[in-house]
Amino acid sequence: MIALALDVLSGILIAAGAFFVVVGALGLLRMPELFTRMHAASVIDTMGAGLLILGMMLQTGFDLVTLKLFFIAALFFFTAPVVTHALAQAALHEGINPALTEDRRVADDPRGRRR
Amino acid sequence: MMFSAAAAALLTALALVVVRAIRGPSVFDRVLAGNTVGTLAILLLAVIGFLTGRPEFLDIGLTYGLLNLISTLAVLKFFRHGDLAYDPSEEAGS
Repeated sequence: MIALALDVLSGILIAAGAFFVVVGALGLLRMPELFTRMHAASVIDTMGAGLLILGMMLQTGFDLVTLKLFFIAALFFFTAPVVTHALAQAALHEGINPALTEDRRVADDPRGRRR
Repeated sequence: MMFSAAAAALLTALALVVVRAIRGPSVFDRVLAGNTVGTLAILLLAVIGFLTGRPEFLDIGLTYGLLNLISTLAVLKFFRHGDLAYDPSEEAGS
């Protein structure tokens, strides 16, 4: 009974994680400029990876595999913000600024424009 | 069954992210797409490990995650400073 409930719960978590992974990748492809794309990619790092790993944790008992999954989740938890911060800092340093609505009419910068 | 669906979703997401990596337009979009490819590859490794009943794949995923962080930061440092051995203390007030 409890095994069945855990199975169903992990199935729901894995399905939700798969959904968020696809949504994040779609956002990465469709968003208009770099900073909104970073926002979409962070969906994969937090919701997608988190829910998928939580669902996989419920599939196993409590053993070494669970611990390894926990380490992968912790790795994502700490490295994703570091990479996002470094990326935003490097992009701002390079002169790529977030596209604002009032800038959209000017649109002389091809890097910030929708394509 | 659920793992097959998750693997299919991860492969779809990988295809979309690779399209973004090819289209660019700036180098930072490509770095972001490359980092996301790494994340998705780790998740795909874990899911395939469960799919085939071989959880040893998780070790490969863990290693790949560490390499992914280092390589992304190295590429970003190179494109920001044009030099992997850049030392911020040499440049006053930056």
